[in-house]
Amino acid sequence: MNRSLRKRMRLKGLIRKESLQILRDPSSIAIAFIMPVILLLLFGYGVSLDAKHIRLATVVEQPDTNTAGLIGAFQHSEYFIPVLYHTVQDAEIALMEHKVDGIVWLRNDFSDRLLSRKTAPIGVYVNGVNANQARISVGYIQGVWQTWLSSFSRDQGHDLKTPVMIEPRIWFNAAVNSRYFLVPGLIAVIMTLIGALLTSMVVAREWERGTMEALMVTPIRISEILLGKLIPYFILGMGGMFLSVAMAVWLFDVPLRGSFLALTAASALFMMVALGMGLLISTVAKNQFVAGQIAIITTFLPAFILSGFIFQISAMPEPIQFITHIIPARYFVAILQTIFLAGDIWPIILSNCAALLIMMFVFFGIIKKKAHKRLI
Amino acid sequence: MKTSNALELESVSKTFSSGNRTVVAVDDMSLKIDYGKVTGLIGPDGAGKTTLMRLATGLLLPDQGRIMVLGIDAVQNPLRVQSSVGYMPQRFGLYEDLTVQENLDLYADLQGVSDKDRTERYQELMHMTGLAPFTNRLSGKLSGGMKQKLGLACTLIHPPRLLILDEPTVGVDPVSRRELWSIIYRQVQDEGMSVLLSTAYLDEAERCDEIILMHQGKRLGQGAPRSFSQPLKGRVFHISAPAINKRSLSIRLNSIPGITDAIIEGEKVRVVTETEGMPDLVAYFPDDSNLKIEPAEPIFEDAFIATLGTEKKTRVPYDLAPLQQKNISRQEASEVVIEVKNLKRKFGDFIAVNDVSFQVKRGEIFGLLGANGAGKSTTFRMLCGLLPVTTGTVRTAGHDLRTASAEARGKIGYMAQRFSLYANLSVEQNLRFFASAYGLARKRKKTRIGWALSTFELAPYRDTIAGDLPLGFKQRLAMAASLMHEPEILFLDEPTSGVDPLARREFWLRINTLAESGVTVLVTTHFMDEANYCDRLIIMSEGKVLAEGSPAELKSSIQRPDLPDPTMEDVFITLIEYGKNTEGQAA
Repeated sequence: MNRSLRKRMRLKGLIRKESLQILRDPSSIAIAFIMPVILLLLFGYGVSLDAKHIRLATVVEQPDTNTAGLIGAFQHSEYFIPVLYHTVQDAEIALMEHKVDGIVWLRNDFSDRLLSRKTAPIGVYVNGVNANQARISVGYIQGVWQTWLSSFSRDQGHDLKTPVMIEPRIWFNAAVNSRYFLVPGLIAVIMTLIGALLTSMVVAREWERGTMEALMVTPIRISEILLGKLIPYFILGMGGMFLSVAMAVWLFDVPLRGSFLALTAASALFMMVALGMGLLISTVAKNQFVAGQIAIITTFLPAFILSGFIFQISAMPEPIQFITHIIPARYFVAILQTIFLAGDIWPIILSNCAALLIMMFVFFGIIKKKAHKRLI
Repeated sequence: MKTSNALELESVSKTFSSGNRTVVAVDDMSLKIDYGKVTGLIGPDGAGKTTLMRLATGLLLPDQGRIMVLGIDAVQNPLRVQSSVGYMPQRFGLYEDLTVQENLDLYADLQGVSDKDRTERYQELMHMTGLAPFTNRLSGKLSGGMKQKLGLACTLIHPPRLLILDEPTVGVDPVSRRELWSIIYRQVQDEGMSVLLSTAYLDEAERCDEIILMHQGKRLGQGAPRSFSQPLKGRVFHISAPAINKRSLSIRLNSIPGITDAIIEGEKVRVVTETEGMPDLVAYFPDDSNLKIEPAEPIFEDAFIATLGTEKKTRVPYDLAPLQQKNISRQEASEVVIEVKNLKRKFGDFIAVNDVSFQVKRGEIFGLLGANGAGKSTTFRMLCGLLPVTTGTVRTAGHDLRTASAEARGKIGYMAQRFSLYANLSVEQNLRFFASAYGLARKRKKTRIGWALSTFELAPYRDTIAGDLPLGFKQRLAMAASLMHEPEILFLDEPTSGVDPLARREFWLRINTLAESGVTVLVTTHFMDEANYCDRLIIMSEGKVLAEGSPAELKSSIQRPDLPDPTMEDVFITLIEYGKNTEGQAA
């Protein structure tokens, strides 16, 4: 038998073994398929960075048609659930007891001031503990107030005091639905999990169980051992990716504006980077616990926190922003959000792909240098 | 370069460093191993046997020296070495979630065996190992012996020219052990294979063509087993004394200067002396004990002990006096302290312990003998109340320890199979912790720690971190910790597993002394010869009790004209085969 034939036979044997193990090991299946589903459901339904259904205490000291109109406007907004309180003191207590998230206070001179065209006669309190939601709430309250005020003025037959009206127009995610950018970003997290965490742990398991030592003493080459891990887990990771994309598009109605081909290509590249990280960890960590810890701290958590998946990178302090440049998930999240929400914007996709490509070469370069067919 | 040796080492050294400690595993070693022979690598734990094998397979790089395997330089060309040797590491890496056939396929692929050769080779190997009926079983569900045979089959798929086996028979039942040996010998005879193997069983050394005795990374000797044992002619004896029980006799003989070793063998005590002839024993046995001294044929084990055991030997009679009791009255001696009835334990659909019943009397050494996976440890855990029983009853010291008070639990001591002390605490800190855990305080705590340090000769190591102790000392510390509260019953789960023959002897000397002082000892072991130390024992296999009785009773039960003086191993093999036959008839 010639050399290349033997080589093919060895690789085929390894891949078959790995595939059988994946199919029989519930934890691999769980990480590759069940975990993505749980994460997607959690982030798709459970976690929302939007402020919706804000419970708003409304205090009207002197009800009349004007106040009724304004309160009606709050009632019609999908963002608010107005609750009526008679005194501002009651409303404050409710705010402290977390029964409401904010207060809109219309004083007894509301209509007088409004008609005399003096400035805004409404008082707004917001619970600032959740800063993000507070900021959004204030914005929404202002929005409702402005809209009502302009329609009020029009009805009254005179122009609004405000000379310029800002009319915001939000692109790419017109409904400002956080799910639209969370769900695509999540794909990066899921692929990191399969590529880095799962792969480093299965290699560590081989060390723990002594199977690696037995493999090492066969005529196999180290490159074949690596390929034997790489190929099955690449397929598994891409499977997880396709599952996530399908759920994003069909379950969460996230628009996929770019091409599926670009998405697949970029994902394949990122998968290689993630596998590179996993295999690199496994050259250092030879037991599953250590491998898992390293993988979580160096790959999973950064993909979660520092990739721009949840937290805007441009809003981070400078030094942290600098660190994000060495997080592969950062580039992939940018690609994902672009392809899903904006479309095939090639300059962005290609520049981020270039960064991933460089990282892939760096990781595999180190692996090639570090991995050898020896125990120590 | 053409060599006439299967393996050749030339002043090879290998050092490991962990933290600030450096260990010289192989120390300037040179050796040659012939083609077509079975060479045994024998030595205590930490002698460097595994390191030597890993060096020979190119898995480790030597610090210095040259290694030639089948004429190939293992440092320059490890890949070529690996395609012509077969190596089975200590825990052979079978993929437990793959079936027998899938494991074989994998190794056939890795070794580049063509489809044509494969079918024939599979048949041959499956026939040889008796695994043919189990090809579709997950290898994780095979018994320990079958796993080892499968591991061996995997290494033999592409017949290697040199076969390297690291403790292939450890923890395996005697029947499988015998089969493994016959497979190995067949390879040597039929294929002209050369074999290098290490073993913890000294009786297996006799089966090798040649032995390399290793100690502290150095070669102490090399030659046929007889070349080691012959110089001991005239220094080995069997001693028996009708008036003294064999346990006390061995303890007393061990403390006599001029005697290197005294162990119970069958109903006699086997003694190795320092020089030819027996020292005068009259001074030690003044009460005319009617000692019967017969010369015995030396075996390799005697030579091993005589070579390595001298400096290690402890002369001081063990002072276990602070332990409560002494001479137990006749009435107490017949008191049943442990009673097990129809005990059964299931894990899912797997029956680990199946209908086990036995009784243990006060002051006995009671053994549970069986291979790995026979259900010994599971039985122990139920006796100690660590695991609920599925059905059946267990009374330990009159209580069901699952529901008993802490006070009742204070009557037992338990030493787990794996080292269960705190590896990053010092010896003394460990002892102090266990003393407190058992509720000892102040003066008593101090006395007991002092007792443990002196009795177990741990005083020089009191500040050593427990994790850094040699294995034998770890076992001593673990035993000391389990005795801090002076328990009435001591459970020892595989106390000698993985411990070298020297430490094993010493450990048994302590157990014997302990039993003489009145403590009831329950012990599990997979070493057949250790059954001789027990007063009574049960032999277990696959969760069932095959036989119960004293060693003498068990042996006489299988005595036949062609087997006048059976060993415990013979008993075990006979019972297993008898079981198979009756099963066959029933089916």
